Amino acid sequence: MRVPGKGLYEGGPSVSFTFNGRPMMGLEGDTLASALLANDVHLVARSFKYHRPRGILTAGSEEPNALVTVGSGAEQDPNTRATVQELFDGLEARSQNCWPTVEHDVMAVNDLAAPFLGAGFYYKTFMWPAAFWEKLYEPMIRRAAGLGALSGAADPDLYEKAYAHCDLLVIGSGPAGLMTALVAGRAGADVILAEEDSRMGGRMLAETEEVDGQPAHLWAEGVIAELEAMGNVRLMARTSVAGAYDQGTYAALEKVGHHRLRQPGLPRECFWRIAAKQAVLAAGAIERPVAFRNNDRPGIMAAGAVRAYLNRWGVAPGQNVTVFANNDDAHRTARDLTEAGVHVAALIDSRHDAPGSDLFKVIKGGQVCNASGRKRVESITVRSVAGEEKIQTDCLAMSGGWNPSVHLACHQNGRPAWDRDSAAFLPVVGMVPGLSYAGACNGTFSTAGALREGVEAARAALAELGIKAPDVDVPQAQDDPYRITALWAVPGKGRAWLDFQNDVSVKDVQQAATENFRSVEHMKRYTTQGMATDQGKNSNVAALAVLADATGRGIAETGTTTFRPPFSPVSIGAMGAGATDMGFKPQRFLTSHGVAEERGAQQLEVGLWYRAGYFPKPGETNWRQSCDREVTMVREAVGVCDVSTLGKIDIQGPDAAKLLDFVYTGMFSTLKEGRVRYGLMLREDGFIMDDGTTARLGKTHYVMTTTTAAAGQVMAHLEFVLQALRPEWDVRIASATEHWAQFAVAGPKARALLNGLLDSQIDSASFPFMGCGEMSVMGVKGRLFRISFSGEEGYEIAVPARYGDSLFRTLTARAEALGGGLYGMEALNVLRIEKGFITHAEINGTVTMHDLGMEKMLSTKKEFIGKSLAQRPGLTDPMREGLVGLKPVGAVKQLSSGAHLFSQGDPVERVYDQGYVTSVGFSPTLGHMIGLGFLKNGQARIGEHIRMVDHMRGLDAVCEVVNPVFFDPEGGRLRG
Amino acid sequence: MAELIAKSPCAGLLPLTVGGLTLSEETPAAMTSVAPYQGQMDVLSAAMKASHGMGFPAPGRSTGKAGNRAIWFSRDMALLMGPAADASLADHAALTDQSDGWAVVRLEGEQAAEVLARLTPADLRPSVFKRGHTARSEVAHMMGSITKVGESAFVVMVFRSMAQTLVHDLKTAMEAVAARG
Repeated sequence: MRVPGKGLYEGGPSVSFTFNGRPMMGLEGDTLASALLANDVHLVARSFKYHRPRGILTAGSEEPNALVTVGSGAEQDPNTRATVQELFDGLEARSQNCWPTVEHDVMAVNDLAAPFLGAGFYYKTFMWPAAFWEKLYEPMIRRAAGLGALSGAADPDLYEKAYAHCDLLVIGSGPAGLMTALVAGRAGADVILAEEDSRMGGRMLAETEEVDGQPAHLWAEGVIAELEAMGNVRLMARTSVAGAYDQGTYAALEKVGHHRLRQPGLPRECFWRIAAKQAVLAAGAIERPVAFRNNDRPGIMAAGAVRAYLNRWGVAPGQNVTVFANNDDAHRTARDLTEAGVHVAALIDSRHDAPGSDLFKVIKGGQVCNASGRKRVESITVRSVAGEEKIQTDCLAMSGGWNPSVHLACHQNGRPAWDRDSAAFLPVVGMVPGLSYAGACNGTFSTAGALREGVEAARAALAELGIKAPDVDVPQAQDDPYRITALWAVPGKGRAWLDFQNDVSVKDVQQAATENFRSVEHMKRYTTQGMATDQGKNSNVAALAVLADATGRGIAETGTTTFRPPFSPVSIGAMGAGATDMGFKPQRFLTSHGVAEERGAQQLEVGLWYRAGYFPKPGETNWRQSCDREVTMVREAVGVCDVSTLGKIDIQGPDAAKLLDFVYTGMFSTLKEGRVRYGLMLREDGFIMDDGTTARLGKTHYVMTTTTAAAGQVMAHLEFVLQALRPEWDVRIASATEHWAQFAVAGPKARALLNGLLDSQIDSASFPFMGCGEMSVMGVKGRLFRISFSGEEGYEIAVPARYGDSLFRTLTARAEALGGGLYGMEALNVLRIEKGFITHAEINGTVTMHDLGMEKMLSTKKEFIGKSLAQRPGLTDPMREGLVGLKPVGAVKQLSSGAHLFSQGDPVERVYDQGYVTSVGFSPTLGHMIGLGFLKNGQARIGEHIRMVDHMRGLDAVCEVVNPVFFDPEGGRLRG
Repeated sequence: MAELIAKSPCAGLLPLTVGGLTLSEETPAAMTSVAPYQGQMDVLSAAMKASHGMGFPAPGRSTGKAGNRAIWFSRDMALLMGPAADASLADHAALTDQSDGWAVVRLEGEQAAEVLARLTPADLRPSVFKRGHTARSEVAHMMGSITKVGESAFVVMVFRSMAQTLVHDLKTAMEAVAARG
């Protein structure tokens, strides 16, 4: 019900929305909760476990009860707190966890079974038979209990992530936060002021009080206007700081689109990472309920929330209100209501020394011990020295005091300290480096105190930043002391609720203690207190106080559970923003990608690169046909393949050769200009890191080629060597991978093809195997290397990448004219297996030079990285698994990579394992499958028959162990 | 004989405009990484000044102006953008042609820094990152280079092969910023 003359939005535009299908009206500025209360809707949800009717408890992000689903279909947002959902035209919200309606919920039968469903019930009851848990009990329980549901469809909404930087992050925009921002802003510091609410001002929007002689909310407006005009202060409303991380990094969730209809391109949420040199926590405090029987009935609300609804939104949540409190602050609720013309039936204060009032009846030393009315409170029972009396009421505003919002201060595992006077946990200085506290979150509850601490926090932060603080007077405001006498639970029969969201009662916590779950962390897990979306914001302190009582310890000794991020829920969609579909990682495309696409090539992902697997011709129905054709084409005519993905590292300087000698196992200082050499490099531990070729282009100029996979690793390795191991060497390295488009041209007709493009002709004498040099290619300055990964006479021709597409098209046309064409990764793989050339399938990080039979390439004439450790007995043992070739010789003609090898007659068991297969392919050249693998003492076993077993693919084949070079072992073809 | 046809990294992808933001490709005639040999920094800087009119940039800074710029590119390395490196520089530094290795785009508009804040952790606040400042940093999971070339204009570079991802991610961020109004 609206109260005429009250609220900050009165007279503003009205907004239409629906709740559970019912059209309703609200005001711009309303939350869904305030609009529902204005429409006299109190029953909005059903509880998690017992399906008890629930209403709106709070007016902020801590709301445990009023969770609704907004929207429908793939776009639906479950578990939206009605207290933070801003109203907009067209908003559709509905209750969740109820069937068929929130008014008549079949599962409410659970409440009748409550005696059997207390804490620990599941653990004890559903233990047997074991198989039933997963198949029957758990699905059943999950269906009955729960919050809202996701749609099951992919989320079509857009989310984003962003970074921000500032000198000072101020968290919260109440009196403390605004004052901090104002002082720091005037000082010229870069300030971010983050506020989870849609409107800044904090409690100043919810109270009837004055700051510097004007209504507090108007004073706040003035400050906000000044901050906005400054230019060095960034105001971030709807932004909830979710976590405090190392080195002044804070996570925050900004709601961008939740308060309006969807628009294309507009994200729903933005996940911010804020790097702040200093931060001030001014997050305020959260009011806690008092546990008494049936204290969860709709219409029973936090006293401060009742004031907020009245003063900010002009809504009276009842016409005959009662107040129950243990502190002075809640008396303001009764005062504000009375002054607004709302009847207050009584204020019940548990303290005998509570202040009295001329405006309303005060029952001192009284306690509310029960409430009746199922879907909305109808009356309360008050116990006092005068005995028990029933009071009719349609709204009870309760307050057990305030819990400072210390959460962020505790995110790095700091523990808050118990303060007996304010019956609250307070943050301890230095829990998060660079974070200080001001206002209610620091236990300073008066407005004047908050303003003062805001100024002090700003001054301290500015001092740390080395910025001079301006003279700012602390504004005048109410400075009432916060008087409280702790009251956690009213004794009595029945269930007195502590945690509304998880249906945890005082009895449940006592039960946990009885069963020896005495640690607060154990109690939490036993009862589920403090879990789910609200993370126990209302209930944690009361629950541990009850536990302390039940275990005969003090509250300080009992301590709190661990505070972990996020402070309030963050959707996974926001944290993963941009990473859906292909956004998960960057895509790297070759200059030949266009041609590959035009020709319908299947793309293979190689790291971030996309490489053509094969180029199907009309009539080819599977990849093997294309692959076989491409292999034969290279062997008989000429093939063209894009090899630009291989890493190319430019190495220059007087000490360039020293570097090469130091990182390769072989000698490179003897390499002549215009020549290329193959090399392997080891890790420090003596295992092989990578292989490749290095070409000498000039006196002190080399270009190193790495594998595609290890390009980054090798670059980092060289950087490490030069920065950390040999900083005295005068040599410079630079990655040039992307500058060059480089294509392999291989086959008997390779030279003929190239001579059609090169501006000066080559022959085998002028350009022998392992030769290299600069070449003019159709008028463009390029490079030519005579190297081969196929075993044929092979070249790699490189031009600046801008010409890549054009050269690739030309090469394709010319190759086709010579009876050749393009080949992809599949054919490239078969060609190199036929030659026994290795890739990272073989040099997989566990392989040594000895394993490859390449130990002779470990130079004895120089030092190189990995040399000493490569000579360890464990790395040179001939019984290690060594590289061999494999061909099927039994009835099964298949081979598979990943299969394991066993001696014939041995059981197929791990302990008999003799090795494994690394690469396989069908060789059209030889007419059968071939493979490479590692076999114990492999080189000595050539000619032996061995069993290959692949359980995954169901293969069991007899193979002959052969030399890993299947084709042209003398290498006559590649020398041309 | 037929000629090879040159194609820029962002051919077919740019330019584009979203709200008050524009994204366009820059195609410097040449780009050369310049890495001074030991003890050659000062001589190199003088040689650069003599032949190109700008010295070797300090870390995080650039020298020169549009069309003739040297940006700091990594430890003891600058990228000369625009003119072909004078051959004399090779006496003092390792020169490596990078002309075709990088996709170079220019993002311009009042909210350009807001767009980049969605892609890079680098601190681009005007008080910190001024005209002529440059950074090597992550750009949406890519290893990038960002240089402020005007009050509200940045040059962003990533490896050539990643041009498509760069344009896609920038466009998405531009749309998100523009949609906020």
